[in-house]
Amino acid sequence: MNDQPVLKVVAKLLIPYILLFALYVQFHGDFGPGGGFQAGVIFAAGIILYALAFGLDQAFKLVSPAILRPLSAIGVLLYGGVGVATMLRGGNFLDYNVLAHDPVHGQHLGILLIELGVGITVTSVMITIFFAFVGRNA
Amino acid sequence: MRIRDLFAVVMLSGIYSLISAGIFVVLDAVDVAFTEAAVGAGIATVLMLGTLALTGPKEAAPKHRPLLPLAVVSITGAVLIWGTMDMPRFADPDAPIHRHVAPRYILDSPTEIGVPNMVTSVLASYRGYDTMGEVIVIFTAGVGVLALLGVGRRRRKNPRGGPENE
Repeated sequence: MNDQPVLKVVAKLLIPYILLFALYVQFHGDFGPGGGFQAGVIFAAGIILYALAFGLDQAFKLVSPAILRPLSAIGVLLYGGVGVATMLRGGNFLDYNVLAHDPVHGQHLGILLIELGVGITVTSVMITIFFAFVGRNA
Repeated sequence: MRIRDLFAVVMLSGIYSLISAGIFVVLDAVDVAFTEAAVGAGIATVLMLGTLALTGPKEAAPKHRPLLPLAVVSITGAVLIWGTMDMPRFADPDAPIHRHVAPRYILDSPTEIGVPNMVTSVLASYRGYDTMGEVIVIFTAGVGVLALLGVGRRRRKNPRGGPENE
Protein backbone atom coordinates (compact mmCIF):
# COMPACT_ATOMS: atom_id res chain seq x y z
CA MET A 1 0.00 0.00 0.00
CA ASN A 2 2.83 2.40 -0.73
CA ASP A 3 1.18 4.34 -3.53
CA GLN A 4 -2.12 5.29 -2.01
CA PRO A 5 -1.97 9.07 -1.59
CA VAL A 6 -5.74 9.41 -1.20
CA LEU A 7 -5.84 6.78 1.52
CA LYS A 8 -2.92 8.39 3.32
CA VAL A 9 -4.43 11.88 3.23
CA VAL A 10 -7.82 10.64 4.41
CA ALA A 11 -6.21 8.57 7.16
CA LYS A 12 -4.17 11.57 8.28
CA LEU A 13 -7.36 13.61 8.45
CA LEU A 14 -9.29 10.98 10.39
CA ILE A 15 -6.73 9.63 12.88
CA PRO A 16 -6.52 12.68 15.19
CA TYR A 17 -10.30 12.73 15.53
CA ILE A 18 -10.45 8.98 16.16
CA LEU A 19 -7.87 9.28 18.94
CA LEU A 20 -9.60 12.35 20.39
CA PHE A 21 -12.94 10.54 20.28
CA ALA A 22 -11.36 7.58 22.07
CA LEU A 23 -10.18 9.88 24.87
CA TYR A 24 -13.63 11.44 25.03
CA VAL A 25 -15.25 8.01 25.32
CA GLN A 26 -12.70 7.05 27.97
CA PHE A 27 -13.21 10.04 30.25
CA HIS A 28 -16.86 10.74 29.48
CA GLY A 29 -17.91 7.14 30.10
CA ASP A 30 -19.36 8.13 33.48
CA PHE A 31 -21.84 10.45 31.82
CA GLY A 32 -22.57 9.01 28.39
CA PRO A 33 -22.24 5.66 26.69
CA GLY A 34 -18.78 4.21 26.62
CA GLY A 35 -15.98 3.42 28.99
CA GLY A 36 -12.52 1.99 29.08
CA PHE A 37 -13.20 -1.00 26.87
CA GLN A 38 -14.83 0.91 24.03
CA ALA A 39 -12.27 3.71 24.30
CA GLY A 40 -9.40 1.24 24.16
CA VAL A 41 -10.77 -0.43 21.07
CA ILE A 42 -11.35 2.92 19.32
CA PHE A 43 -7.86 4.12 20.19
CA ALA A 44 -6.40 0.86 18.89
CA ALA A 45 -8.50 1.23 15.72
CA GLY A 46 -6.90 4.63 15.14
CA ILE A 47 -3.41 3.16 15.41
CA ILE A 48 -4.41 0.20 13.23
CA LEU A 49 -5.72 2.59 10.57
CA TYR A 50 -2.34 4.32 10.67
CA ALA A 51 -0.58 0.97 10.27
CA LEU A 52 -2.83 0.01 7.35
CA ALA A 53 -2.28 3.29 5.54
CA PHE A 54 1.39 3.90 6.20
CA GLY A 55 2.77 0.40 6.62
CA LEU A 56 3.91 -1.64 9.57
CA ASP A 57 7.40 -0.15 9.80
CA GLN A 58 6.03 3.33 10.34
CA ALA A 59 3.56 1.96 12.87
CA PHE A 60 6.38 0.24 14.76
CA LYS A 61 8.13 3.62 14.89
CA LEU A 62 4.96 5.23 16.24
CA VAL A 63 4.11 2.52 18.78
CA SER A 64 6.91 0.14 19.58
CA PRO A 65 5.86 -3.43 20.44
CA ALA A 66 8.37 -3.24 23.29
CA ILE A 67 6.23 -0.52 24.91
CA LEU A 68 2.97 -2.37 24.33
CA ARG A 69 3.93 -5.45 26.31
CA PRO A 70 4.52 -3.69 29.64
CA LEU A 71 1.55 -1.38 28.99
CA SER A 72 -0.88 -4.28 28.71
CA ALA A 73 0.30 -5.53 32.10
CA ILE A 74 0.23 -2.03 33.63
CA GLY A 75 -3.49 -1.71 32.91
CA VAL A 76 -4.28 -4.92 34.77
CA LEU A 77 -1.95 -3.92 37.60
CA LEU A 78 -3.64 -0.52 37.86
CA TYR A 79 -7.01 -2.23 38.15
CA GLY A 80 -5.77 -4.70 40.74
CA GLY A 81 -3.80 -1.97 42.47
CA VAL A 82 -6.97 0.05 43.05
CA GLY A 83 -8.44 -3.07 44.65
CA VAL A 84 -5.40 -3.52 46.89
CA ALA A 85 -5.44 0.19 47.77
CA THR A 86 -9.05 -0.09 48.92
CA MET A 87 -8.07 -3.07 51.07
CA LEU A 88 -5.16 -1.15 52.60
CA ARG A 89 -7.51 1.69 53.47
CA GLY A 90 -9.72 -0.69 55.36
CA GLY A 91 -12.41 -1.54 52.83
CA ASN A 92 -13.21 -4.62 50.82
CA PHE A 93 -11.42 -5.43 47.58
CA LEU A 94 -12.59 -2.88 44.94
CA ASP A 95 -14.80 -1.06 47.46
CA TYR A 96 -14.12 2.47 46.21
CA ASN A 97 -16.02 4.16 49.05
CA VAL A 98 -12.88 4.29 51.18
CA LEU A 99 -10.70 5.94 48.53
CA ALA A 100 -11.77 9.46 49.49
CA HIS A 101 -13.36 11.15 52.48
CA ASP A 102 -16.70 11.23 50.73
CA PRO A 103 -17.92 7.79 49.51
CA VAL A 104 -19.32 9.23 46.27
CA HIS A 105 -16.00 10.96 45.52
CA GLY A 106 -14.26 7.68 46.26
CA GLN A 107 -16.54 5.93 43.78
CA HIS A 108 -15.75 8.55 41.12
CA LEU A 109 -12.01 8.22 41.69
CA GLY A 110 -12.12 4.42 41.71
CA ILE A 111 -14.20 4.21 38.54
CA LEU A 112 -11.92 6.71 36.78
CA LEU A 113 -8.82 4.71 37.70
CA ILE A 114 -10.10 1.26 36.85
CA GLU A 115 -11.58 2.49 33.55
CA LEU A 116 -8.14 3.92 32.78
CA GLY A 117 -6.62 0.53 33.54
CA VAL A 118 -9.15 -1.18 31.27
CA GLY A 119 -8.44 1.34 28.50
CA ILE A 120 -4.67 0.92 28.70
CA THR A 121 -4.83 -2.87 28.64
CA VAL A 122 -7.41 -3.08 25.85
CA THR A 123 -5.55 -0.57 23.66
CA SER A 124 -2.19 -2.28 23.98
CA VAL A 125 -3.53 -5.82 23.65
CA MET A 126 -5.57 -4.97 20.54
CA ILE A 127 -2.58 -3.30 18.87
CA THR A 128 -0.32 -6.18 19.93
CA ILE A 129 -2.65 -8.77 18.42
CA PHE A 130 -2.88 -6.77 15.21
CA PHE A 131 0.90 -6.41 15.03
CA ALA A 132 1.34 -10.12 15.69
CA PHE A 133 -1.11 -11.09 12.92
CA VAL A 134 0.07 -8.62 10.30
CA GLY A 135 3.74 -8.79 11.26
CA ARG A 136 3.95 -12.43 10.24
CA ASN A 137 3.08 -11.53 6.69
CA ALA A 138 5.98 -9.15 6.29
CA MET B 1 -26.31 -20.74 -0.66
CA ARG B 2 -22.65 -21.58 -0.31
CA ILE B 3 -19.70 -19.20 -0.28
CA ARG B 4 -16.17 -20.46 -0.75
CA ASP B 5 -14.70 -16.97 -1.00
CA LEU B 6 -13.54 -16.25 2.54
CA PHE B 7 -13.11 -12.55 1.80
CA ALA B 8 -16.86 -12.32 1.19
CA VAL B 9 -17.50 -14.30 4.39
CA VAL B 10 -15.38 -11.89 6.45
CA MET B 11 -17.09 -8.85 4.97
CA LEU B 12 -20.53 -10.40 5.54
CA SER B 13 -19.73 -11.10 9.19
CA GLY B 14 -18.54 -7.51 9.57
CA ILE B 15 -21.78 -6.22 8.06
CA TYR B 16 -23.73 -8.56 10.32
CA SER B 17 -21.92 -7.07 13.33
CA LEU B 18 -22.73 -3.55 12.20
CA ILE B 19 -26.41 -4.43 11.78
CA SER B 20 -26.39 -6.06 15.23
CA ALA B 21 -25.00 -2.79 16.59
CA GLY B 22 -27.95 -1.03 14.98
CA ILE B 23 -30.33 -3.49 16.66
CA PHE B 24 -28.71 -2.78 20.03
CA VAL B 25 -29.18 0.95 19.49
CA VAL B 26 -32.86 0.36 18.76
CA LEU B 27 -33.06 -1.67 21.99
CA ASP B 28 -31.52 1.29 23.91
CA ALA B 29 -28.39 -0.72 24.76
CA VAL B 30 -26.03 1.99 23.54
CA ASP B 31 -22.96 0.74 25.41
CA VAL B 32 -23.33 -2.74 23.92
CA ALA B 33 -23.89 -1.26 20.47
CA PHE B 34 -20.72 0.76 20.88
CA THR B 35 -18.71 -2.34 21.72
CA GLU B 36 -20.27 -4.39 18.94
CA ALA B 37 -19.55 -1.72 16.33
CA ALA B 38 -15.97 -1.15 17.49
CA VAL B 39 -14.96 -4.76 18.15
CA GLY B 40 -17.21 -6.86 15.91
CA ALA B 41 -17.35 -4.64 12.88
CA GLY B 42 -13.98 -2.96 13.34
CA ILE B 43 -11.14 -4.83 14.99
CA ALA B 44 -12.40 -8.38 14.40
CA THR B 45 -12.90 -7.72 10.69
CA VAL B 46 -9.41 -6.25 10.37
CA LEU B 47 -7.90 -9.22 12.23
CA MET B 48 -9.81 -11.66 10.00
CA LEU B 49 -8.55 -9.83 6.91
CA GLY B 50 -5.02 -10.00 8.33
CA THR B 51 -5.46 -13.74 8.77
CA LEU B 52 -6.75 -14.06 5.20
CA ALA B 53 -3.58 -12.35 3.98
CA LEU B 54 -1.67 -15.20 5.64
CA THR B 55 -3.86 -18.14 4.69
CA GLY B 56 -5.29 -17.20 1.31
CA PRO B 57 -8.83 -16.15 0.50
CA LYS B 58 -10.27 -19.50 -0.69
CA GLU B 59 -11.76 -22.18 1.49
CA ALA B 60 -10.54 -25.68 0.65
CA ALA B 61 -13.30 -28.00 -0.57
CA PRO B 62 -14.22 -30.31 2.32
CA LYS B 63 -13.49 -34.00 1.87
CA HIS B 64 -16.35 -35.28 4.03
CA ARG B 65 -20.06 -35.25 3.30
CA PRO B 66 -22.05 -32.41 4.85
CA LEU B 67 -24.79 -34.64 6.30
CA LEU B 68 -23.29 -35.30 9.74
CA PRO B 69 -22.34 -31.63 10.47
CA LEU B 70 -25.78 -30.58 9.19
CA ALA B 71 -27.47 -33.03 11.56
CA VAL B 72 -25.35 -31.85 14.53
CA VAL B 73 -26.11 -28.20 13.77
CA SER B 74 -29.85 -28.84 13.31
CA ILE B 75 -30.17 -30.82 16.53
CA THR B 76 -28.16 -28.28 18.55
CA GLY B 77 -30.19 -25.44 17.10
CA ALA B 78 -33.48 -27.20 17.85
CA VAL B 79 -32.39 -27.86 21.45
CA LEU B 80 -31.38 -24.23 21.88
CA ILE B 81 -34.71 -22.98 20.53
CA TRP B 82 -36.52 -25.50 22.76
CA GLY B 83 -34.52 -24.07 25.69
CA THR B 84 -35.76 -20.54 24.99
CA MET B 85 -39.38 -21.69 25.43
CA ASP B 86 -39.00 -21.45 29.21
CA MET B 87 -37.53 -17.96 29.12
CA PRO B 88 -39.72 -15.02 30.14
CA ARG B 89 -41.45 -13.08 27.40
CA PHE B 90 -39.28 -10.39 25.78
CA ALA B 91 -39.28 -7.13 27.82
CA ASP B 92 -41.48 -8.71 30.51
CA PRO B 93 -41.21 -6.38 33.55
CA ASP B 94 -41.86 -9.32 35.90
CA ALA B 95 -38.93 -11.34 34.57
CA PRO B 96 -36.61 -12.54 37.37
CA ILE B 97 -33.71 -10.49 36.01
CA HIS B 98 -35.71 -7.28 36.51
CA ARG B 99 -36.76 -8.10 40.07
CA HIS B 100 -33.52 -9.18 41.74
CA VAL B 101 -30.78 -6.53 41.79
CA ALA B 102 -32.00 -4.21 39.03
CA PRO B 103 -34.28 -2.14 41.34
CA ARG B 104 -31.34 -1.50 43.67
CA TYR B 105 -29.17 -0.35 40.73
CA ILE B 106 -31.90 1.90 39.35
CA LEU B 107 -33.03 3.41 42.66
CA ASP B 108 -29.79 3.65 44.62
CA SER B 109 -26.95 4.05 42.13
CA PRO B 110 -27.48 7.84 41.66
CA THR B 111 -26.89 8.39 45.39
CA GLU B 112 -24.49 5.50 46.04
CA ILE B 113 -22.22 5.92 43.04
CA GLY B 114 -23.23 9.33 41.75
CA VAL B 115 -22.50 8.49 38.12
CA PRO B 116 -25.22 9.38 35.58
CA ASN B 117 -24.50 6.43 33.29
CA MET B 118 -25.94 3.50 35.20
CA VAL B 119 -24.17 1.01 32.95
CA THR B 120 -20.84 2.40 34.09
CA SER B 121 -21.78 2.15 37.76
CA VAL B 122 -22.83 -1.47 37.31
CA LEU B 123 -19.80 -2.44 35.24
CA ALA B 124 -17.15 -0.59 37.17
CA SER B 125 -18.45 -0.60 40.72
CA TYR B 126 -21.22 -3.10 41.53
CA ARG B 127 -19.73 -5.66 39.18
CA GLY B 128 -16.10 -4.60 39.54
CA TYR B 129 -14.94 -8.18 40.01
CA ASP B 130 -16.46 -9.26 36.69
CA THR B 131 -14.90 -6.36 34.82
CA MET B 132 -11.54 -7.17 36.36
CA GLY B 133 -11.99 -10.74 35.15
CA GLU B 134 -12.71 -9.42 31.65
CA VAL B 135 -9.58 -7.29 31.67
CA ILE B 136 -7.55 -10.30 32.74
CA VAL B 137 -9.15 -12.33 29.93
CA ILE B 138 -8.09 -9.68 27.40
CA PHE B 139 -4.60 -9.58 28.90
CA THR B 140 -4.40 -13.37 28.69
CA ALA B 141 -5.50 -13.25 25.06
CA GLY B 142 -2.69 -10.82 24.33
CA VAL B 143 -0.18 -13.01 26.16
CA GLY B 144 -1.43 -16.06 24.27
CA VAL B 145 -1.08 -14.40 20.88
CA LEU B 146 2.38 -13.15 21.80
CA ALA B 147 3.41 -16.60 22.98
CA LEU B 148 2.10 -18.28 19.81
CA LEU B 149 2.94 -15.72 17.13
CA GLY B 150 5.17 -13.13 18.75
CA VAL B 151 5.58 -9.78 17.06
CA GLY B 152 7.62 -11.63 14.49
CA ARG B 153 9.44 -9.08 12.45
CA ARG B 154 11.56 -7.61 15.20
CA ARG B 155 12.93 -10.96 16.27
CA ARG B 156 13.97 -11.89 12.77
CA LYS B 157 16.02 -8.74 12.46
CA ASN B 158 17.90 -9.63 15.61
CA PRO B 159 21.35 -10.88 14.52
CA ARG B 160 21.94 -12.72 17.79
CA GLY B 161 18.54 -14.35 17.61
CA GLY B 162 19.79 -17.81 16.71
CA PRO B 163 16.97 -20.08 15.54
CA GLU B 164 13.87 -18.34 14.22
CA ASN B 165 10.84 -18.18 16.45
CA GLU B 166 8.70 -20.35 14.22
